[in-house]
Amino acid sequence: MSEYRIQGNTGEWEVVIGLEVHAQVTSNAKLFSGASAAFGGEPNSHVSLVDAAMPGMLPVPNRECLRQAVRTGMAINAQINRWSRFDRKNYFYADLPQGYQISQLYHPIVGEGEIEVTLNEKDPDSPTKRIGIERIHVEQDAGKLMHDQHPTMSFVDLNRSGVALMEIVSRPDMSSPQEAGAYLKKLRSILRYVGSCDGNMEQGSMRADVNVSVRKPGGELGTRTETKNVNSIRFMMQAIEYEAQRQVDLIEGGGAVVQETRLFDPNKMETRSMRSKEDAHDYRYFPDPDLLPVELDDAFLEECRASLPELPDAKRKRYEEMGLTAYNAAVLTAEAETAFWFEDLLGHGVDAKQGSNWLMSELFGALNKLGKSLDESPVNPAQAAELLGLVADGTISGSIAKQVFEIMLETGQGAAAIVDERGLKQTNDTDAIEAEIAKIMAANEDKVAEYRSGKDKLFGFFVGQTMKAMQGKANPQVINDLLKKVLG
Amino acid sequence: MTDFSKLGVAAIRDGVANGEFKAVEVAEALNTRVANAKALNAFIVETPEKALEAAAAVDADRAAGKPLGKMAGVPIGMKDLFCTEGVQTTAASHILEGFVPTYESTVSANLWKAGAGMLGKLNLDQFAMGSSNETSYFGNVISPWRRNDGGNAALAPGGSSGGSSTAIAARLCPAATGTDTGGSIRQPAAFTGISGIKPTYGRCSRWGIVAFASSLDQAGPMARDVRDCAIMLEAMAGFDPKDSTSLDLPVPAWEAGLNSDLKGKRIGIPREYRLDGIDDDIAAMWDNGIAWLKDAGAEVVDVSLPHTKYALPAYYIIAPAEASSNLARYDGVRFGLRDLPEGSGLQDMYAATRAAGFGEEVRRRIMIGTYVLSAGFYDAYYTQAQKVRALIARDFEQAWASCDLILAPTAPSAAFGLGEKTSDPLSMYLNDVFAVPASLAGLPAMSVPGGLSKDGLPLGLQIIGKALDEQAVLNAGLAIEERSGFTAEAGEWW
Repeated sequence: MSEYRIQGNTGEWEVVIGLEVHAQVTSNAKLFSGASAAFGGEPNSHVSLVDAAMPGMLPVPNRECLRQAVRTGMAINAQINRWSRFDRKNYFYADLPQGYQISQLYHPIVGEGEIEVTLNEKDPDSPTKRIGIERIHVEQDAGKLMHDQHPTMSFVDLNRSGVALMEIVSRPDMSSPQEAGAYLKKLRSILRYVGSCDGNMEQGSMRADVNVSVRKPGGELGTRTETKNVNSIRFMMQAIEYEAQRQVDLIEGGGAVVQETRLFDPNKMETRSMRSKEDAHDYRYFPDPDLLPVELDDAFLEECRASLPELPDAKRKRYEEMGLTAYNAAVLTAEAETAFWFEDLLGHGVDAKQGSNWLMSELFGALNKLGKSLDESPVNPAQAAELLGLVADGTISGSIAKQVFEIMLETGQGAAAIVDERGLKQTNDTDAIEAEIAKIMAANEDKVAEYRSGKDKLFGFFVGQTMKAMQGKANPQVINDLLKKVLG
Repeated sequence: MTDFSKLGVAAIRDGVANGEFKAVEVAEALNTRVANAKALNAFIVETPEKALEAAAAVDADRAAGKPLGKMAGVPIGMKDLFCTEGVQTTAASHILEGFVPTYESTVSANLWKAGAGMLGKLNLDQFAMGSSNETSYFGNVISPWRRNDGGNAALAPGGSSGGSSTAIAARLCPAATGTDTGGSIRQPAAFTGISGIKPTYGRCSRWGIVAFASSLDQAGPMARDVRDCAIMLEAMAGFDPKDSTSLDLPVPAWEAGLNSDLKGKRIGIPREYRLDGIDDDIAAMWDNGIAWLKDAGAEVVDVSLPHTKYALPAYYIIAPAEASSNLARYDGVRFGLRDLPEGSGLQDMYAATRAAGFGEEVRRRIMIGTYVLSAGFYDAYYTQAQKVRALIARDFEQAWASCDLILAPTAPSAAFGLGEKTSDPLSMYLNDVFAVPASLAGLPAMSVPGGLSKDGLPLGLQIIGKALDEQAVLNAGLAIEERSGFTAEAGEWW
């Protein structure tokens, strides 16, 4: 899709990228305990006996978390494994109370799938590429260590301990920071549509481990490094750029890339070594004997499928069929919130084209100025539909609608009330309009003559003058008709 | 006045229900016996007030005409592997010394609901790892039994439920809980002349029991006779949504179903259990057992369990593997012992805490388990052991084509002396050679007294049944009990 190349001293280098995305599953309770999975909360306030790994405590799978993983798998056309199993990944750390993380190594719940991405979502002509997804498995999150609370001790917050994560592992199918960015954006969009993860990277509910290697174009795969826990799309792209360049410099300088785990420092915009393969853990994976294999029956799978919303690609196609431009359809479907807002608007009887144009120019413009996101919009779809309805039925003109919208944003008043109160109703009163036209003709005899001698473009001038004289309240169609009659 | 130490579960329950005596009288009498038996070291913690409190509640219920539970008025001992709310729970380890749970295990809660009371927390092998109760941080449990050679050598009560077996055999309590991972109920029962049953895996909830090997651990009752085991198992068992491996099945009325008429039952005698050099006493007892079951109407058939010889090695891979992971939570961070040497970091704390907190046998098994799960060894050991486990289960499945129950010795010998096997872990492990196959297959298995050795020590007969068929196991146990005439008791030397 993109010919991203790093220019080295020895020629061009190709970058190979694979992502492991950890997405927190949207659910009320944790993966194996009844404790709240909500973000925040006083430290250690969302901790059950199971999460704290007290003696004799046992995990019980939260069906909802498995359901969300299955729905996500279905949304990327992945193979759903009717039989999967949880394994223990053993290592000691203070944020891991059990001394092992319950994960799925050998038999993940979701197998092969794929996502189609375009480099520029908003450009319908942008080329597309399929990124393979190897697997999605479900696992427990760890707790959080705080090292800055006490001079000699570290504090442990177990609120996140045991929260359900999906690990979504891609194939090493991406070859530029842009592709990786497009993939992550598209994945986040799908997760939000499905409702299986809120995709909030700032709060850490989505983060990526980035595997990068470089090679001569078409050559053997190079040694990869894994940069852990990158928590924004921009940082991820920067990390890839830095890391690929670092590897090229290293190899060309006579060195070799070491397989290792690295960290990205967004302040210095660089990656740093965390630990090398030599001191990597031996996780001693084995099937968790506290848990039975997960077996999914037809009814469960059917419910998962039936509960899936229309996904972005299908929605975009449908919007185009409704008569929206490809650009509008792409923008409106990129984020679930936008599409849902738009559809809410249509649900209130607004015409698709009128609605999409208004949303993309007026509403987005206004929100941009206000620095607000769509879900913080001061005008909701019902209120917007009221406004657009007044335009559609000829009560107000498009330009008056702009004024009314401004007032709505300022006062929070309804469109009809504003129009009534301020007398903004558009008039079809031909006598009044004819009177104004007569005045304008008299005041602009030269232009009238020019028009009649063939300068057609001046028609717009007369429309504008008339509308201005009518304070915008005249029906533009009526003005047009009358002007044509008078000007001949 | 009634000697309450002589009464079993049914007798106490019925006596209390009939008003022959008060539950509190029983509790007081047994509290005194517990307090006077310190030499046996059967209890880690004594809880006389708990026993009295439960008894008083039962007496009050009876006075108020309320219905009484299955175990109403019966004071019992609780193996210190069960977490008990407000009462120290140690798994006989230093690392959990002083740990007081804020929660009650499902099985113990079921027993309290049924009207039982707690005399105290019983000693055991540390983290249930051992066959002689010599690995407890709180010292060895001494069997009340002595050889008839006039000597007073201290004998092993079996393990890991050695405190339980000793307390029952010494008549400190009519019954106690045990847990059985690879024979920890059956072997101590055999060593001390009592009965004990490990039910089908999943019958009793594991929630709140300190885990040793999750896929094998199963709680069960230990008592003086088969009926008492049936009563107590009914009280302990039942589906628990908090344990994913718990069986969602109703609890059968085992006591009501007891019937020692074995007409129509086929008893399999596994030829692979007749090891070369089998102890004469054991062989003779086994033959007696066969005769008794025939006398009860059963047909006796030879069966083969061809993979038996691989059971012990497979067990000593699977159990330590699970243990090495289950015991990772004892890290000094949240509860229990913490050893933080001056200037040390997290890893140093783990090492120091776990070195100080775990005994030698526990450390040995953690190391074995860590080794067999390591990259590069996993397939050779763990995967292979799981295959063997499947073959063992299949052996039993195939045996069930020709028999309904299997009769075998519980252990290869009578109780050995304390210290006799501690220097040789392998010979200690061999004690469980007959017990381990049923554990690996998750089947119900029971030990009942089968006679005395030449030395005058109890020997146990083991009955293994089909999954969920505890009733047949109990019935065969009852048939043996009715014919064996086993009335021997340990003399009260302590």
